[in-house]
Amino acid sequence: MNEPRFLPVVPTDHPPACAASLVHDFTPELISVGAHQLCPGCGEPMAIRAVAEAVAELGLTRSCIAVFGIGCSTAFSNNLDIEVVQALHGRAPSVATGITRMRPDVTALTVQGDGDMVNEGLQEVLHAAARGERITCFMLNNGVFGETGGQMTATTVLGQRTKNSPEGRDARHHGHPIRLADLVATLDGAVYVARGAVDTAVNVQRTKRMVLKALQAQKRGFALVEVLTMCPTGWAVDTTRSARYMADHHARIHSMGVLKDTGGGRSR
Amino acid sequence: MSAGTLVIDTEACKGCELCVDACPPAVLVMTTDRVNARGYRHPELLPGCIACKACTAICPDFVFQVYRYHPSEEDTR
Amino acid sequence: MSAPRFMAGSDALAAAMVAAGCRFFAGYPMTPFTGVLEAMAQRLPGAGGVCMNAESELEAIGMCWGAAAIGARAATGSTGQGLALMQESLAEMTSARLPLVVLNMARGQGDYFQTTRGGGHGDYRLPVLAPVDVSEAVTHVSLAFGWAEAWRTPVMLFGDYYLAHTHRSVSIPAPEEPVTPAWAVDGRSGGTGRARLISPLGTVKQRDGQGAQAGYDLAVHYRACADRTRAMLDGIAPRIEAETGGDTAVLVVAYGSPAAYVRAAVRELRAEGLPVGYARPVTLVPFPYGALARLARGCRAVAVYENNSGQAVDDVRLAVDGQVPVEFIGGLSMDPSGFGIAPDLDVTHLKERIMQLVGRVAAR
Repeated sequence: MNEPRFLPVVPTDHPPACAASLVHDFTPELISVGAHQLCPGCGEPMAIRAVAEAVAELGLTRSCIAVFGIGCSTAFSNNLDIEVVQALHGRAPSVATGITRMRPDVTALTVQGDGDMVNEGLQEVLHAAARGERITCFMLNNGVFGETGGQMTATTVLGQRTKNSPEGRDARHHGHPIRLADLVATLDGAVYVARGAVDTAVNVQRTKRMVLKALQAQKRGFALVEVLTMCPTGWAVDTTRSARYMADHHARIHSMGVLKDTGGGRSR
Repeated sequence: MSAGTLVIDTEACKGCELCVDACPPAVLVMTTDRVNARGYRHPELLPGCIACKACTAICPDFVFQVYRYHPSEEDTR
Repeated sequence: MSAPRFMAGSDALAAAMVAAGCRFFAGYPMTPFTGVLEAMAQRLPGAGGVCMNAESELEAIGMCWGAAAIGARAATGSTGQGLALMQESLAEMTSARLPLVVLNMARGQGDYFQTTRGGGHGDYRLPVLAPVDVSEAVTHVSLAFGWAEAWRTPVMLFGDYYLAHTHRSVSIPAPEEPVTPAWAVDGRSGGTGRARLISPLGTVKQRDGQGAQAGYDLAVHYRACADRTRAMLDGIAPRIEAETGGDTAVLVVAYGSPAAYVRAAVRELRAEGLPVGYARPVTLVPFPYGALARLARGCRAVAVYENNSGQAVDDVRLAVDGQVPVEFIGGLSMDPSGFGIAPDLDVTHLKERIMQLVGRVAAR
């Protein structure tokens, strides 16, 4: 039984027959395969797309090596037409260090989750930042271990219920969340530190600008962009409510903005 | 009445509906009577697309192509 | 080879690494490995290389992972505890197929199992060289880099306090110019549709055969790793040094620094007319099982000396496979000299132990 339709549906199974310009293709140039097995409503593909687009726009396509940590996003490294070195959990900043120290002409970036960067590999990212390594680290922060099914990470906000904090994160027992970008911004070797989000189309665009700035700042020193991403599966929140949930909970603690920009002052 | 239009790869869609909330003119609606091969509902386009690319910015599964009509065509739509 | 120079073992190892084309080194101070790190920090910059003071062993080997991925000859090292921290990376580097030379300046032969079996996960082996002295060690450095590149695996060089801290007159092999291997990443394949991927997980770029089927086949990956390990173990000829005669009744086996003392004791005993022989596995992985079995054939006993409570003795037993009785004549023996080399390693003392065994064998 068909429901009555009040508006005519525009055919969208083929390009328009009349004169029109393609202003956005399915996938950007450096994502060679769009299909992936990340969950419905996952925020990571948008963040990784921003990185892939920025690499292409800055003309770094033929000189870029992306170092992926371990997490849901690792699988996405197989979709990219960018050279990739997969690292162990938490170790991506060291691997990127080894790459750029031997090949300063290469743009090395890392893609890591919050479990990877803040739990397992906190000392790596802090020391890489303090050394002022010419690398850019991207941290996809969804506040849970997504790949293992939604457990508490160091960035999980107080009160957040996860599989191993079933009554909510309690500061007395689980401690307080770590605001990584804020921590990195205090280190002298870091030249650009920002926190973006992919909960709205506008924030995706803002995050993209941060990614561009970071990759340019990398010539001067260490750059970090933390990107808040939705994990409806790990949060046990409906996909239609996950963006709002993130804004109301996660982004309250991990607030968006440019935390440090030694090149262009504090600006958004 | 439409400045642009979309091609939607409905088979790539996982039905998260992020595009529906993101669409400024609110011309994306989810199917209610049809699903794709994997069982997900997917968006459909109503007249009024402004080719703003918000849907594609927020889409985790790269299901949208966005077209902007040339000005001569726009008036007739 | 350079003219012989009187050098600390650590410095000689560093000079040999630079000569072998090593251009990246990362480490964390830990006795008795520290001297190697210091020497590399002095030598590498002048050779166009980079030496990094990592904030932990975890990061040291992570940096090497990156340097190896872009095709640089890379090395790190530590002692037992630090190597314990590196085990995850060592195991995963075998599956990522990344070459690396690891200087294991152990605090004693108690690390034999750690070195030859490793504490990492998965179905892997690392080739292990156990030099008897600095002169041999500098030749092993070049060998280790060659194996690391040929088999795309970490290779371990098993030394100790004695190797690192004693001064010897040593010739450094002639410099080699490293060639960047074809598989290395450099960023340049990006955007070509054939971007390279280095993966310890066995994943492949989706365009390479698995299409939209994300994920990967672990069974395929693990079998490929196991096949490569087998090919490597078959492809590297095990090395052994032996001094025996047709009359050898007791074969004494030792490895690493203590083997020099055992060799001296056996030589003296042979000069005195005792029917003893000496064998030293030079490669611990692959272990010279076949060669040792042949040497043991016709002997009445095989004795194993090592400065621990008995680890390599297991490999010797595997080698002789029950054909000859194997007796352990070693034991943990430490003194406060700082060398980790023990009072046991007195040639007179070793001779006594060997003669006691010869006596027991004769009485059987």
